[in-house]
Amino acid sequence: MNTTEDHGADMIEQLFYDDSAAQERLHDRLVAAADAEGILDVAYRSIDTPVGPLLLAATDQGLVRVAYAGEDHDSVLTTLAQSISPRVLNAPARLDAAAREIDEYFTGRRVSFDMPLDLRLSRGFRREVLAQLLGIGYGKTATYAWVAAAAGSPKAVRAAGSACAANPIPVVIPCHRVVRSDGTIGRYAGGSEIKKALLALEASA
Amino acid sequence: MKPFEQIVTEHGPAILRVCRAALGPHDADDAWSETFLAALRAYPDLRPGSNIEAWLVTIAKRKAIDQYRARARYPVPVPEPPEAPAPPHDQPGSAETELWEALQELPDKQREAVAYHYLAGLPYAQVAEILGNSEAAARRAAADGIKKFRAIYKGEPDEHH
Repeated sequence: MNTTEDHGADMIEQLFYDDSAAQERLHDRLVAAADAEGILDVAYRSIDTPVGPLLLAATDQGLVRVAYAGEDHDSVLTTLAQSISPRVLNAPARLDAAAREIDEYFTGRRVSFDMPLDLRLSRGFRREVLAQLLGIGYGKTATYAWVAAAAGSPKAVRAAGSACAANPIPVVIPCHRVVRSDGTIGRYAGGSEIKKALLALEASA
Repeated sequence: MKPFEQIVTEHGPAILRVCRAALGPHDADDAWSETFLAALRAYPDLRPGSNIEAWLVTIAKRKAIDQYRARARYPVPVPEPPEAPAPPHDQPGSAETELWEALQELPDKQREAVAYHYLAGLPYAQVAEILGNSEAAARRAAADGIKKFRAIYKGEPDEHH
């Protein structure tokens, strides 16, 4: 090694200082510019709730995805990049309204959601099931058999269960209000503890 | 394809160093912003398996040139925006600012070779591709650039003159 280059390398090393303030400022600028230009295809943010951190993601059409921590948020974002668009940015402001409504729901101050939804991640029968779920009111429950029938396929009870489990927008599309005909709670994307917590919240409000 | 957010997190700091090497700490922000906005635009069409860092450096090189020309056309000092005060290490007179300014004085090829290899971490083969020369020439330009950088910063006379 030649000493001159060693000295130069020292000076180079000094330019590798941490500058997170600049990165944050530039990130905000990028998000604003992308939004203004209409190329922020998927905006996301994370919020804290009594049932753990939730990932919220929206397109220009509306809220497209809600994910519990158990789903691993990084892999959810990777899937969104593949299925919708890789133009995915952490853009909390675009989700302010959704975050506020969800916060109001968890504090018992909201019984229905007004935010626009983007149902593009569900097709066919599953999408029909989601449409039926939106009709089950706050504090009410329905059975998988009822959902299957309401979606037009009374025999497709198992498929209705899968459609609920694959609900891309839990909490807001209330798949937690669907229980089994024998009265047991049934499965839930966030885990049955969370499903119980949401039903208890709605029962007490 | 990775979410673009991950591209910003992984490559943002390196590209900021490249922009600062090209333009100094104060004009680098605009070049960085233009680089990532252009990258975001083109990202869905990027060939799978592309070297993202080399791709971003190539865009940054172009944006820095645009920025440099704009600065030459309108040589008005830009006031610091009040909502974005420069962090301490970007203050005039700080060691880092002096280092960035020393880099500015290098000949273009040397400065670019130093920035792309040492500050962005690209191998010489890729540096050569961006500079349009051979790997040996890129390596030489970086070595000469480091020597000259040190001489300028330490206030030593350039040994080649």
